[in-house]
Amino acid sequence: MKPIVTIPEKYRPAIDREACIRCKKCIKACSYGALDFKDDKVKVGKGCVACIRCVYECPTDAITVIELPKQFAPHAVFSPEIRRSLISQANSGGVLLSSCGANAEYMDIFNDILLDAAQVTNPSIDPLREPVETKTYLGRRPGKVVVDDNGKIDLDASETPIVVMDMPIMIGHISLGSISYNAQAALFRAATELNILAGTGEGGLHNDFYPMAKNLCAEVASGRFGVTSQYLKEVSCVDIKIGQGAKPGHGGHLPGEKVQKLISETRMIPLGTDALSPYPHHDIYSIEDLQQLISVLKESTEYEVPVGVKIAAVHNVGAIASGIVRAGADFLTIDGLRGGTGSAPRVIRDHAGMPIEIAVSAVDQRLEQEGLRDKVTLCASGSIRTAADMIKCIALGADVVGVCTSAMIAMGCTVCQQCHRGACSWGIATQKPELTSRLDIEIATQRIVNMFHAWNEELKEILGAMGIDSVESLVGNRDRLRYIGPNPRIAEILDVKHSGEGWG
Amino acid sequence: MNKEVENMMIDAGHRNDLGHPLDYRELNRQIREAICEGKERLILMNVMGQRYIASATSNPNMRIEIHGTPGNDLGAFLNGGTIEVFGNAQDVTANTMNDGRIIVHGNSGDITGLAARGGTLLVKGNSGYRVGIHIKEFEGVGPNLVIGGFVNDYLGEYMAGGTILILGQGVEGSPVGLHVGAGMHGGRIYVRGPVGKHQLGPAACLAEMTDKDLKKVDSLIDQYEKAFGGEVDRSIEYSKVIPLDSRPFRGHYDSTTI
Repeated sequence: MKPIVTIPEKYRPAIDREACIRCKKCIKACSYGALDFKDDKVKVGKGCVACIRCVYECPTDAITVIELPKQFAPHAVFSPEIRRSLISQANSGGVLLSSCGANAEYMDIFNDILLDAAQVTNPSIDPLREPVETKTYLGRRPGKVVVDDNGKIDLDASETPIVVMDMPIMIGHISLGSISYNAQAALFRAATELNILAGTGEGGLHNDFYPMAKNLCAEVASGRFGVTSQYLKEVSCVDIKIGQGAKPGHGGHLPGEKVQKLISETRMIPLGTDALSPYPHHDIYSIEDLQQLISVLKESTEYEVPVGVKIAAVHNVGAIASGIVRAGADFLTIDGLRGGTGSAPRVIRDHAGMPIEIAVSAVDQRLEQEGLRDKVTLCASGSIRTAADMIKCIALGADVVGVCTSAMIAMGCTVCQQCHRGACSWGIATQKPELTSRLDIEIATQRIVNMFHAWNEELKEILGAMGIDSVESLVGNRDRLRYIGPNPRIAEILDVKHSGEGWG
Repeated sequence: MNKEVENMMIDAGHRNDLGHPLDYRELNRQIREAICEGKERLILMNVMGQRYIASATSNPNMRIEIHGTPGNDLGAFLNGGTIEVFGNAQDVTANTMNDGRIIVHGNSGDITGLAARGGTLLVKGNSGYRVGIHIKEFEGVGPNLVIGGFVNDYLGEYMAGGTILILGQGVEGSPVGLHVGAGMHGGRIYVRGPVGKHQLGPAACLAEMTDKDLKKVDSLIDQYEKAFGGEVDRSIEYSKVIPLDSRPFRGHYDSTTI
């Protein structure tokens, strides 16, 4: 007999019996089996994850999801979460899985950084009246300005391809498989409408999405799923995924349940088998090897698209970034510790890597010192939640920010951290047809477009307030940031002055 | 075929003023240009380690003959056509091959056939470490890798589909190294000769050869003999390595909400 100990419930839908009209919509809405209908009333069972789909569906607002009191005796060291995880591991003997980004409070530095604004000596700009440029270029910089015979700047003189985006935003790599067809369609359509880039993730590209390829960045990961010559040639840039902030050093693992017809066709693997991405690329054991993969991708795309490399922010990120630029990458993406995921071992998600704030500043400084910063586009991702985070991240050194979770929230995601279970009640992180049909592509697209449009307007507001008329002038402009957090050593490493320090 | 096929020759060993042979970028540019012009038979002479030759070639009628030693990543993302090497090939030959044929009249290096999902690769001699790693198949289409001699450790690691045949010609004992099929979850590896249990990686197991397997092996040996001449002794007993499960990590994870 296997002794299984039940873990106390965390959430519970509370039903207002007077308001409830017994329409059973909430029962249909719940994909975690927490609600049932018995004795002519809605019966609340176990398994609520606080995804609040039932709250959304209830026509009479009769449901409130409540967080239950911790069932454990208080203890300052062994928190209820730690005790829950230990009980679960004693039950299963398994590696604990989770999803979304790291769920630990100590890692946020964005909240400790304050922006500057213009007063008296450098006048601010009204973005509604004067132009503030947010156009962003992705690719290898030519390093010099070429002027033609007529005295005009020759933009084609650059030997390397450049992608032009209307905002310094890239929707990050979220694969078909980790999210549904509808969800990916909405992300891609939004990117097309906004003229920004969206990542394909490592699952290949569904045939239906090729018409949007000009706004897509194709990922080449260690599993090489769906990587064909067509895939590489039609998109506007190619990204070699070495690592992901949520699980540095870990491979991908799409469980067989999620490998249904659509996924199997796009990834080009049999139905129902696990889709495993090896931990390393087996052709890359050194910077020289990485240079080979960059070069072969450039050869295969006839030098017509920028080729980038994405790594997780790890302790030696500056030196690695330097190697990557020297290996020929046209753009470089650093994914921070708090970056999202559709499934990752909890132990890696919460404990391995480096916050993006520190990583992006470290990489920017290192590349600057080595005279490489001007050659490459630096993208930073990993919990860029709001326009404020985006602006701080750019000022810390990034040219472009990658955003995933916030775009998902625009679509309906409530960050309940159940993606790895494949039963997303909002139809985003699931492949079950009855759930995926819940996500309306048109509406989701519009909501993402709205959100990023607002971010871009907020970016202009801030730039204007700082007296800066182009986002490019904010890149790495750490002088316009001040640190207000508890640890001045962080400010030193960020190369940001402490609040109260002026320019002297 | 009535159509006259025009041969086009490129001398990859041609020296410039500094005494350097043709740069790989220039060589590949010339190859692409020839393909673009509709040339269907290319002969590359004096190849001296130039990398990335014929990557992403798609024309199924294309035939590229290589004399000398091509560099790493030969025929990467190959999507059609035939590449025949009269010499040895280096590492990552047939990287992520989708379709087409690569024939090597010599040895090939490490990670030959990495992540291929279609096409055929025939190597007359030996190959290195991690051959056929993560090759896969879809709807009955998968790659066929045939190595005439021996291969080193980690053959067919992470293999998710497709067929590997190791002929072990001129090899005494087992023609494969250790950790065969480590983490494999699809496909099949045939080894002409013995494979001990201690040579298997996690998730791989030995199985009996069936008539269907023998038929498959026969057709691959036919192709090998046709490509390289000579006769392979078919009377030696085969070992067959297959995955224990198509879901090797079942039970490894705990998805309970904490």
